Amino acid sequence: MKKIKKPVFFIVFLLILGFSYTAIFGVKYQYGDVAKTYIKDISDIRLGIDIQGGVDVTFTPADGVDATDEQLDAVKEVMKVRLASLGITDSNVYVDSNNDHVIVRFPWQSSESDFDPEAAVKELGGTAMLTFREGQETTVDENGETVPSGEIILNGEDIANASAGYQQEETGEVIYVVSLKLNPSGTEKFSEATGRLYTENGVISIWMDNTLISAPTVNAHITNGEAIISGSFETYEDAEALANKINSGSLPFSLTTSSFSTISPTLGSGALDAMMLGGLISLGFIAVYMIVLYRLPGFVAVIGLIGQITATFAVVSGYFSFMNSSTLTIPGIAGIILSVGMGVDANIITGERIKEELRSGKKLNTALEAGYKRAFSAIFDGNLTVILIAIILMGAFGVPDSLFAKMLNIVFRWFGTTTEGTIYSFGFTLMVGAILNFLMGVLASKLMLGSLSKFGVFKNRKLYGGLSK
Amino acid sequence: MSKAKNTQSPASDIKRYNFTGKRKIFYIISSALIALSILVTFLGVDVAIEFRGGTMITYSFTGDVNSNEVQSKVQEITNSTVNVQQGDLFQSDKKKLSISFVSNEGFTAEKQSELTTALQELYADNELEILDSTDVAASSGRNFFVKCIVAVAFSSVILILYIAFRFKRISGWSSGICAVIALIHDVIVTYGFFVIIGFQINSNFIAVVLTILGCSINNTIVVYDRIRENKKLMPVADINDLVNISTTQSMSRSFRTTITTIATMIIISVVAYIYGVTSILSFSVPIIIGMTIGTYSSLCLAPCLWISLQAKNKKAQKA
Repeated sequence: MKKIKKPVFFIVFLLILGFSYTAIFGVKYQYGDVAKTYIKDISDIRLGIDIQGGVDVTFTPADGVDATDEQLDAVKEVMKVRLASLGITDSNVYVDSNNDHVIVRFPWQSSESDFDPEAAVKELGGTAMLTFREGQETTVDENGETVPSGEIILNGEDIANASAGYQQEETGEVIYVVSLKLNPSGTEKFSEATGRLYTENGVISIWMDNTLISAPTVNAHITNGEAIISGSFETYEDAEALANKINSGSLPFSLTTSSFSTISPTLGSGALDAMMLGGLISLGFIAVYMIVLYRLPGFVAVIGLIGQITATFAVVSGYFSFMNSSTLTIPGIAGIILSVGMGVDANIITGERIKEELRSGKKLNTALEAGYKRAFSAIFDGNLTVILIAIILMGAFGVPDSLFAKMLNIVFRWFGTTTEGTIYSFGFTLMVGAILNFLMGVLASKLMLGSLSKFGVFKNRKLYGGLSK
Repeated sequence: MSKAKNTQSPASDIKRYNFTGKRKIFYIISSALIALSILVTFLGVDVAIEFRGGTMITYSFTGDVNSNEVQSKVQEITNSTVNVQQGDLFQSDKKKLSISFVSNEGFTAEKQSELTTALQELYADNELEILDSTDVAASSGRNFFVKCIVAVAFSSVILILYIAFRFKRISGWSSGICAVIALIHDVIVTYGFFVIIGFQINSNFIAVVLTILGCSINNTIVVYDRIRENKKLMPVADINDLVNISTTQSMSRSFRTTITTIATMIIISVVAYIYGVTSILSFSVPIIIGMTIGTYSSLCLAPCLWISLQAKNKKAQKA
């Protein structure tokens, strides 16, 4: 404590203040229409589907198909591409190979009136199996559904690329089409089939899953590996949607939704507002409470707590470029509140110890030093156990690909994946907050109090909870 | 609490309350609380569809909607027992319609569309809009439950190992085991409170339990830390004295810390209630109870259990 000089308080205080300011307001540069974000502000925090509203779907293979790991990985890739082609880039797709679950999550706001999540989910789970078949015969399968039965000439794997376009008919009418570029194996098969069917005046039917798109009569022997689907596309967007579907690839099996939830932002934003307001009132209460109970150490504690809270938000918003931004959910906010409670506890333990030391007759500087030293073992063990619990929570309920889930895989892999983003979020903010307790509740507060105690005005023992001499 | 007679103690001038002398009372109180919590289970536990598998759909609407009518309509479509609840949204002038039912095969997007359409047809003038829809398959509910048990069991093992290592000086293993017994006590009593008050056992419950685990272990460790320190300062002190002095010294900190968290939870509960976000209430209110129980168990139960275990060990050694 003796080594801590007077200016230290101002340095630490300004650092916390500056950091908090940038964490809340960010650092942005605006020149005309060009906006560049150097540091993300608090409003850049990616809000979880419980706050922003969104869709959370768990898919499982239909009809009890036992999917292989390779198939599930393929599904994952297809899902990502499909979401991207639907204009959803902020998405997470996770695969649970133990239970054959595919978990798809994406934020969605009800203000997006042009986007229907129920339709999107239906589309995501479809196999999107494109087939070119000989003839257009159908049969009825065991589920009573009409399915194509003609021999398959081509499927999605034979297609290199699909694109939407339009064609002018002989009548002058413009129609929308999807043009396909086949890969070498597809070219060969298509050439063989068209060559044979051309002479027979045969028909090739084109199906997307069990839906007939078109059934043109073969009127040429096509050898250049190009094919045109001129089905019943009413708009360019229809043709484009089919092209995207073909490009995204097909799923090895169709998926059914075993869990489907939409969370509306009306409910979530109310919760966010309530938590924010409750948090602010609580912070005000804690500030008054700490300063009344512990005076100068209490005042220092409040500065440290503000630093701790803003730093937690900073970690969540992706302030530090080496960390990915995380998603903030309501239980995540609860985790912040609890870690702040631990931070208050660290300061109370220290404040009580300083008081005890002063009342045992020690000199101010010695009492401060002893107070921090003796409080530390309790703060250390308390916060470390909480960090351990937070890690277990993240391992148990985090997404299968996350660090802690991989770490604890040895324990939890026998019990399947049960990703609970809300519980993960709780564990994450609790862990971050507990780590920050060491930085803010112990180190920063010690530096600030040690420095302040060097000033003549702050030499009065009463300011530290001691009895006046 | 009366002050203990402080005779023959090397630190006879240190203030203390006689916690250990009342340990039988604490054991009776705790056993009664645990017994009560277990007994209320048989009165029926409102287990959320998360653990049972089922569907929960919330609609917003204006005007009036007949719950019974909705119930029979939804039952017609879902073929299962349906629970319909209504409430008011404080944020807007709209009302809330919450439909939940256990559906073992899960509710498909198609079925949901069908249900929404049917209800919208039934109440064409009520601006019925889907607000929230949750669908949990039974299997994932069971997985989740198993995972929770495993997570709690694994946490307990890690905690015992950690405490055994860090508190070697005050017989770490018994300290660890007593801390975990106190934790389990807190969890069971919090569960009992959930059941008695009629909150659903849902994922908020799990979050509460884990929060209580964290807070309670922290409280217990702060008390242990004091015992550890005093053991060093007064190596020859009587074990009861040691515990009573340490617990008394930790009291002020325990109460003051608990008050801040409880006050925070009360403030949040009030704000959440005013905002009509009742989902937060089933988190914040049980935490208030759990924190109180956790403070009691860390001051009264864990140190007393530790004393009893020490006494037993000594007897076993002598024999």
